Formats: sequence, structure tokens, C-alpha cells
Amino acid sequence: MKNLQKEPVPTISMEEKPGRKMIEIIGLKKGFNNQEVLKDISLQLFSGENLVVLGKSGSGKSVLIQCIIRLLVPDAGSIEVLGKDVNSLNRYELDELRKKIGFLFQSGALYDSMTVKQNLEFPLRRIRKHLTEKEIKEKVNEVLENVGLADALDKMPSQLSGGMRKRISLARTIVIDPSIMLYDEPTTGLDPVTSDEISALINEVQKKYKTSSIIITHDIECAKATADRIMMLQDGEVYLEGNINDFENSTDPIIKSFFK
Amino acid sequence: MKNLHPVIKIKSFATGKSVKISEKTLEKTQMATEFFSDIGNMAIFIKEIFKETFSRDFEFKEFLRQCYEIGNKSLPLIAITGAIMGVVLTIQSRPALEDFGAVTMLPGMVAISIIREIGPVITALILAGKIGSGMGAELGSMKVSEQIDAMEVSATNPMRYLVVTRVLAATFMVPILVLFADGLGLFGSWVGVNIKGDVSIVLFLSQAFSSVEFIDFFPALVKSFFFGSVIGIVGCYKGYNAGRGTESVGVAANSAVVLSSLLVIVVDLIAVQITDMIL
Repeated sequence: MKNLQKEPVPTISMEEKPGRKMIEIIGLKKGFNNQEVLKDISLQLFSGENLVVLGKSGSGKSVLIQCIIRLLVPDAGSIEVLGKDVNSLNRYELDELRKKIGFLFQSGALYDSMTVKQNLEFPLRRIRKHLTEKEIKEKVNEVLENVGLADALDKMPSQLSGGMRKRISLARTIVIDPSIMLYDEPTTGLDPVTSDEISALINEVQKKYKTSSIIITHDIECAKATADRIMMLQDGEVYLEGNINDFENSTDPIIKSFFK
Repeated sequence: MKNLHPVIKIKSFATGKSVKISEKTLEKTQMATEFFSDIGNMAIFIKEIFKETFSRDFEFKEFLRQCYEIGNKSLPLIAITGAIMGVVLTIQSRPALEDFGAVTMLPGMVAISIIREIGPVITALILAGKIGSGMGAELGSMKVSEQIDAMEVSATNPMRYLVVTRVLAATFMVPILVLFADGLGLFGSWVGVNIKGDVSIVLFLSQAFSSVEFIDFFPALVKSFFFGSVIGIVGCYKGYNAGRGTESVGVAANSAVVLSSLLVIVVDLIAVQITDMIL
């Protein structure tokens, strides 16, 4: 982490953290075509907290969470999720771990060929195999009500607006009751009102489902609304870690350019 | 001699010395590298398909859905193609046989042509266009819109769910569609014969099948399985390995059709050689 030039902002010490470590990353490095995208990243996510990872486009934010769920394999470093070393898991163990993690994609990634109902049933039928048809139906209706789209059950993804797609995508993610949520740019491409609604929804999900979340964003309003703790990435390195006040009060020019 | 292409200096891997090389040569070398790495990647892809085919939790429902998508939805296209193929082949062959006074051999000749070669190859080429492009575009757009990644993080193996089911469905459906096209081709031939004559369907079929033997039928059916595998594997490979941009979807669909059509012809050549050696 870089030293701040004018006003050093303290990072939160381990003793102040609320719960157990859900994710611990040490010395993560990842590059593409001889270009280092992540250079020695370390972070911890604690139980019940929302960690916002801020940074401008190309700073490696999305690469970071894709490494956490092993959509990308890191070049170096260790990633422990719920006490398990992600990089040493075999396919079966990885699938078991992924059942406890929800991942909201930037594009929503709804299955185009399926209705909203089928999109929500897809992970449920594969991950919660013991559920009866009645329980599946109840669960689908419950999460749709939670995201405020109970009447969208039979719609196709192409019939949904950008905000609705994000909500349905969030519903598909929380339908499996994950312990950890990873949000990749949840408010990108949405109008300010819908962005605020999604941010509020992220907080509701945290409270209702008791999830621990990493929220990747460059939207300051989303960060302010959702963050318990913020980590800023700059050129593939952790530039600053702290709470929202630390960032707002900082006189560092790079941080000020984000929070102006 | 004047250099037609710009020359650049690069360090030789072998000697460590600086050598001059034209940009055109470098470009060709990169193309060759991409070509060979593509072959290597496809070999790994095929190995993965085999591995996932025989793994537990086979996606049987999705396999049946793909059989319906590939088989049932291709029926009208194959029916029209097969029937026209029979009519045209009969009309075109008649003058040549008339010259030798051998018009009565027309049903038999057309039946052998359709069953041995034209039926399987034309059907496979039509399906390479329909199924191959469909798989390339569908999986390519799923890749671009992160749907394959979404499947992966939902603890569902996309290779097993998307690829194995499509490849197997193509492998089993193409031979069935070939048989269907053969049948419609013979029907079309009967129609073609009756344009200038009056032959009952029973007489036509008895003349046609008196010329056809099991060794005409069996190799054609076996190679149809390989045609189906090739179409499925190439379509899925191109779609599954599409780039991240939207233009990659078009590239994946296009290259799936081109490569699978080419490979159908190559497989046919190999199959004919093997059949010729064995029978």
C-alpha cells in the first residue's frame, strides 16, 4: 500500500473487525500477456461486512473477484475462502465452495433462453437438490418479492429493463442463500434512481441473508451507501484502505479526484 | 534487391544474436503459431468432452432438449433438401442413361448415389450450416454476456451442460436426419422418374432396393455419426472459445460453418478410402 503524501489515513486494525475471516487474500498477483494487472494484493473480508473495492476502470477490480471464485487462476499468492485454499481445490470441492458464494455479474448474465422463473430455478435445482417442487416455487416467489419483481415470473430477459435485469440477477444470486456475495459493478449503466435502489437492495440482502460482501464499483454513491469498509486499488495495488470518512477527509489528490 | 515489406530486427532464440526479418514473415509465423495452437486447443477440448461424457451427473434432460432442437427443428429443411436432391439427381441422370438405353437402371443408380454419398454429405453440409452456426452463435453470445461464467459459478459444469449434450445430440441426430433425407430423396427420385414416365412407387422402390446392398448402407450410416460429431465439436469449440467482444459471436458462427463444412468433406474422403480398403 502506498504511503499517503499529506495526511496518512489509518487502516482498520484486525482487532476491530466484527467477525471471523470469510475471505483472506495474501500477495495476489495476476497478469495478462506480460502485463501485470494485480501486483501483490492482500485483503480480508470479515463476517457480516460490506467491503467496497474502488478504483478506476482497468485497475484490476473485476480480475480480483474473478480470482476469488477461480474464474481466473492467479499467477501468485494465496486466496482462502471460508477457510479453504481456492487454488488447491479439485473441481468437486470448488463446486461445493461455489455453492456458498453468490456472484452478481456486471452484465447480469441472465440465461437468454430461459424465463425469469427458469433462471431462478436453475441454480436452485442444482445446488439445493433436496428441495421439493413446492419449496422451489416458494423460494423463487420469496426472492422475487424481495427484489420487488414478483410479477416478472414468466418474462424473458429480453423483456426486462437494465435495472430489472440487475434485480433478477441479484434474485438468482441470493436464491441459494450464499454466505458471501461478490458484486461486480452492480450499478454500472443504470440511472441514478435505479442505482440508489440497487444500493439499497444490497444493504437489504446483507441484513436479511446475513451475507458478507465484496462490492466492486467506481460509483461513489454506491460505495457511500453500502460500504462498511473501502479499499481503493490504483495500478493493480492497494492504494488506501479505510472507512468512508477516511476517504472523504483525505487530501490525497487521487482520492480527492474520486470523491470530489 | 528492393525490400517489398518493412524489415525489423529481432533477437534469435537459437543464437541470441540480432537478426533481420520482414514484418510479413513475422505475421505469417504468428498465423502459423495460432493455427497450431488452435489444433492443440481443439485436441484438449475433445479430451474434455470425452472425460465429461463418461462422468457422473450426465445432463440427460438437456441432452433430450438438444436432440429435439437439432433433430425435430431441422426436419423441414432436411425434408425439402432431400426431396429436391432426389428430383434433380433423377432428371440430370436420365439423359446419360437414355443414351445407353438403360433408363430402367435409373432408380437403382439414384438410390445408390443417394444412400452411399449424396444423402449423407449434402445433409451434413446443410446441418453444418444450420447446427454449426447455431451452436457457434449461441455459445459465443453466452460467452460474451458472461452466461457461461454464471453457469460456472452456479456450480454447474458448462462443459458438461452445454458442450457434451450438444455434441452427443448432433452425433445421434445427424444419422437419423440422413436416413430421413435418404427416404425423401428416394421419394423425390420417384417423382422425377414420373415426370417423363409412369412408374408406381412399389415398382420404383423394388427396382431401387434390388440394386442396394448392406455394404452400401452401413458405411454411410457410420460416417454420418462422424459427421454429426464433427459438426457438434467444431460448433461448440468455436462458440465456447469466442472472444469477449460482440463481433466474436459473428466470427464464431462463421468459422464454425466454414470449418465444420470443410471437415465433413475431409471425413468423407477418409471414410471413402477406408470403406474402399475394407470392402
